[in-house]
Amino acid sequence: MSQGNNGVAIHADNVSRHYQMGDALIRAVDDVSLSVGTGEFLALLGSSGSGKSTLLNLLAGLDRPTAGAIVVRGRNLAEMDTHELARYRSLTVGMVFQAFNLLPRMTLEENVELPLRLAEVERADRSARVREALEHVHLEKRLAHRPSELSGGEQQRAALARALVNRPTILLADEPTGNLDSATGEEIMLLLKNFNQSMGMTIVMVTHERPLAERFAHRIATVADGKLISVTENSCDGAQS
Amino acid sequence: MKIGDLTELAVRNLREAILRNSLTTLGVAVGVASLVAMLSLGVGLQQFASQRLANSGLFNAIFVASRYNVGGNGRRSRQNQPTDSSTPARPLDESARREIAGLPNVNEAYPEIRFMTEIRYNDKPYPTMVAGMPDSARTDGAFDGMQGKFFSSPGADETILQIEFAKELSAQPSALIGKDLVLRYAERQALPAQGGKAAPSSVAGGNKSSTAGGFSVVPHEKKLRIVGIISTEPEGGFGAFGRSRVFIPLAVAETLSATQVSDLRDVLNGSSKTSSYASLTVRVKSPTQVPQVEAAIKSMGFTTFSLLDTTRNLRLFFTVIDLLLGIFGSLALAVATLGIVNTLVMAILERRREIGVFKALGADDRDIKQLFFAEAGVMGLVGGIGGVALGWLIGKGVTLGTNIYLSRQNLPPVNISAVPLWLALGAIVFAILVSLAAGLYPASRAAHLNPVEALRYE
Repeated sequence: MSQGNNGVAIHADNVSRHYQMGDALIRAVDDVSLSVGTGEFLALLGSSGSGKSTLLNLLAGLDRPTAGAIVVRGRNLAEMDTHELARYRSLTVGMVFQAFNLLPRMTLEENVELPLRLAEVERADRSARVREALEHVHLEKRLAHRPSELSGGEQQRAALARALVNRPTILLADEPTGNLDSATGEEIMLLLKNFNQSMGMTIVMVTHERPLAERFAHRIATVADGKLISVTENSCDGAQS
Repeated sequence: MKIGDLTELAVRNLREAILRNSLTTLGVAVGVASLVAMLSLGVGLQQFASQRLANSGLFNAIFVASRYNVGGNGRRSRQNQPTDSSTPARPLDESARREIAGLPNVNEAYPEIRFMTEIRYNDKPYPTMVAGMPDSARTDGAFDGMQGKFFSSPGADETILQIEFAKELSAQPSALIGKDLVLRYAERQALPAQGGKAAPSSVAGGNKSSTAGGFSVVPHEKKLRIVGIISTEPEGGFGAFGRSRVFIPLAVAETLSATQVSDLRDVLNGSSKTSSYASLTVRVKSPTQVPQVEAAIKSMGFTTFSLLDTTRNLRLFFTVIDLLLGIFGSLALAVATLGIVNTLVMAILERRREIGVFKALGADDRDIKQLFFAEAGVMGLVGGIGGVALGWLIGKGVTLGTNIYLSRQNLPPVNISAVPLWLALGAIVFAILVSLAAGLYPASRAAHLNPVEALRYE
């Protein structure tokens, strides 16, 4: 771990997420223990259905583990009530998704402003923060456009701006390049790397593309059948720039 | 989320499915309109009835009679309330009238003068009842809306005709104003106890009965000028001899010393050995003061009657009617609330993924619940305002239709619908509350959506 190893941002301790489907018990995440350092870029690598997205949702506080603990800033997410979890999602983590999940009825500005509304940021401060976030992803001139008027890459950049606008310390990305062509995906990955390096932001990215993980992540955690198979230091060290 | 953001997002969401939400809001508006229209008719009818009765001057009136006169024939005696039997009966004479007039909260106490007469107009006879009206009737609303004008002075030889009687005299009642008619009446002349010449008994005591020696009846005539025509019945239903249709100043009626039915009764039962009134009408400052004044008069040894109980019953009747109308009107609103539930449940299905995104970005269950509540509330507010306007229009339409029908029957127009401020505001608040109640289930369902599942929803 060559970068940002001066503290633990997230610590998952024997985390499991099991579902009962009829008679079958689905072990989506099974006894996973993992630490992510502050300022680290970690890739969760695995094939489809391996449990990597479920693990990411647990780290995001969108789901609760059936066993184990996820500790962020000294607090166990499993013990938080729904309101505390909402505050955690609002202020501590930012999320981007494979499908972008921008709200189609809102303009870019309104989409990026939404987390600020939910965090009850004063209206007077919002405009500047939205513009700042969109400048980070070079979309400051597309404020009034709706998502349908943007390309896939632009939509994902807008989603990144929305994830950044509340200035979280952790960014969780679920297959952020999954819906993009390779060139556009590269563009997004460079942005993520930039956030990681320039802002010291901790990034956990789910991907099934090993080359991408190897190019940009500091460490690669491989997941299969809900279990953490390995955690390896990236030989490329995410040093590409 | 702050209330401003919540409202902004709710309005935005409603605008996005404008057709469906407009139809749902229209449903609420129709429901509220039904409620408002029903209640506006109930309130309007109550106001109409109250105003008509108030114009009759009966609500603040107490009818006073001597206990000597009670127990005979006539409607008045049948309706007498229990009297204070511990107080001895006393004659209803001038000193009693002054004493009653001096009671607190009493505006005036005047004798009731009604007598049978024959009106001659264009040389044709028209038998009817005449009533003497006190000068206070000029301002107490009893003659509001009349054609022409009130008596020019308390002693003027003038008359006001009730419209139905005026129609008997002329096909064009309004043309009667300014014309003269002749009042033929039976003047009562007291007979001396032992011989001597009979003299009119009204000289000293107005309409007092001086029956110690009996009296004779002499026909007399008086010419009167018609100055007004009234469509209501200012004294209707309160006297013992039926409705009066010709009104003259009370002071003029007193000077006529016309024979009344009570004179015959007094002679027959020999109850009065001194000058006394047959009855008095006591005007109280406010209907609410009627019970106290009535009790005071009873304690003086007289019997009384007022329409207080009747007004209480009237109020109760209209309250029940309003309640029933409100229930029927609310049925449409109840149906409209199902529309709100349906619309919001549809919105949850359509916006499932959006709810997931909201939660991923930091919305908690309460934010989602409040957002759906706000949408329901906005529909209720808009529907409520529209419904009040629509209900008001329906009420006006019913009034218009009623008046068209009444005008064809040659009857005066009426206003039978009213939307007072309390009804308008109450209906809007009610619409919002009902809409919020309708939003309870959808809001709760939306709030408890699993964000992971919601984000997966296609």
